[in-house]
Amino acid sequence: MLGKEIKFLVGKEIKLELKQKYVINGILLYLVSTIFVTYLAFEDVISVETWNSLFWIILLFVAVNGISKSFAQESPARHLYYYTLASPQSIVLSKILYNLMLMAILSILAFLFFMLLMGNKVITMPLFILALLLGSLGLSSILTMVAAIASRASQNFSLMAILSFPIVLPLLATLMKVSSTALINLEWAGNAGFIVILLTINVAVIMLAYLLFPYLWRD
Amino acid sequence: MKKFWWKILGGLLLLYAVIFGFIVDVPDTMIQQTMRNLFYHVGMWFGMFAMLFVGFIYSLRYLRKFDEREDVVAVEAVNVGMMFGFLGIFTGMIWASFTWGTPWVKDPKLNGAAVGLFIYLAYLILRGSIEDIHKRAKVSAVYNIFAFILWIVFVLILPRVSGAGLHPATGNDVTPVLPMHMDSSMRTVFYPAMIGWILLGCWILQLRIRIRRIKATVNELLT
Repeated sequence: MLGKEIKFLVGKEIKLELKQKYVINGILLYLVSTIFVTYLAFEDVISVETWNSLFWIILLFVAVNGISKSFAQESPARHLYYYTLASPQSIVLSKILYNLMLMAILSILAFLFFMLLMGNKVITMPLFILALLLGSLGLSSILTMVAAIASRASQNFSLMAILSFPIVLPLLATLMKVSSTALINLEWAGNAGFIVILLTINVAVIMLAYLLFPYLWRD
Repeated sequence: MKKFWWKILGGLLLLYAVIFGFIVDVPDTMIQQTMRNLFYHVGMWFGMFAMLFVGFIYSLRYLRKFDEREDVVAVEAVNVGMMFGFLGIFTGMIWASFTWGTPWVKDPKLNGAAVGLFIYLAYLILRGSIEDIHKRAKVSAVYNIFAFILWIVFVLILPRVSGAGLHPATGNDVTPVLPMHMDSSMRTVFYPAMIGWILLGCWILQLRIRIRRIKATVNELLT
């Protein structure tokens, strides 16, 4: 039952996105122009540490921008309508799943464009890609939940940033740690612990979203 | 006497801690006499954590019964916890200026504390931006639970991710700032001081809740 609902709802999200292409195009342009601005600002002094921090900070801003619309895009009346059709759990899981797909695409694109302008510093590519994917999952689940919270309040864009930045930090700090080792050496060893931390954060956040979202949903 | 014995106990414990904190023998380590700040600075963190934990519990309780009184306890616990948090940062900065020569260093413990303050400042702004009281209570309870758990995760993993900093009580450090590394004379002041600070926090919390209830009643009578 839950699986079927989620499938339909994810399909709905994709259709909605394709109908309003300007939204996704806007995010893509945001991504490209942010990276271009950093490229112009930094030009040639690019140490590995700077490369790493810049990349993840840009990705964080792109994620906040891309996901903040999750609940603000549709009218409250439409949400009421969904409420009569589907369970809140399947709504939040479908949003997380959809945002995961969005973030996976955006982070890969960001990485390719960043690499084009700033040069490739990654030595252990599989580890970096793994960090990108786990990061996409973590960012999408935390930010979906924060977007749901912020959509219940007025003036929600600045709220989205101040609510999410401090709680996204455990994820971001671990991600930067993993990816910095992917930039420095070829070794996988020593990263198992951090991968476990990332997985634990992801599972915990998804469970919290599953349990807490119904309270945000009902008025 | 039945109901307020713990306030007297808290007051006496703190009085004891303030007097004996300056009398008791402290070991002659690198930081010398500034060690005495331990009884006050660490107490701020115990108080902050205790209050934020109370806030977390009351947010959970609010989501079970939707009783406004639970929400009042949650938000006031956060307010008192933040007061302790700011005092913890200030006492720490004074201490750091003497021992490290600078008020702020890049260190997991300091950053964990600062992030905690950011989270709860955001919580208060979130509350301010919702007009309807039931909606405000519900949404902020959800954020409080979500953020508290992620904050704990952050505080636990940060030392592993960023490596040990200057702050004692991280990793294998044996500076006598944690009870297991203290000698018995320091412990006789440390434990009472910590209990005293937490009791003081509970007292302030109780007063703030009462003030808020009186204000609410007055507002109701006026309108």
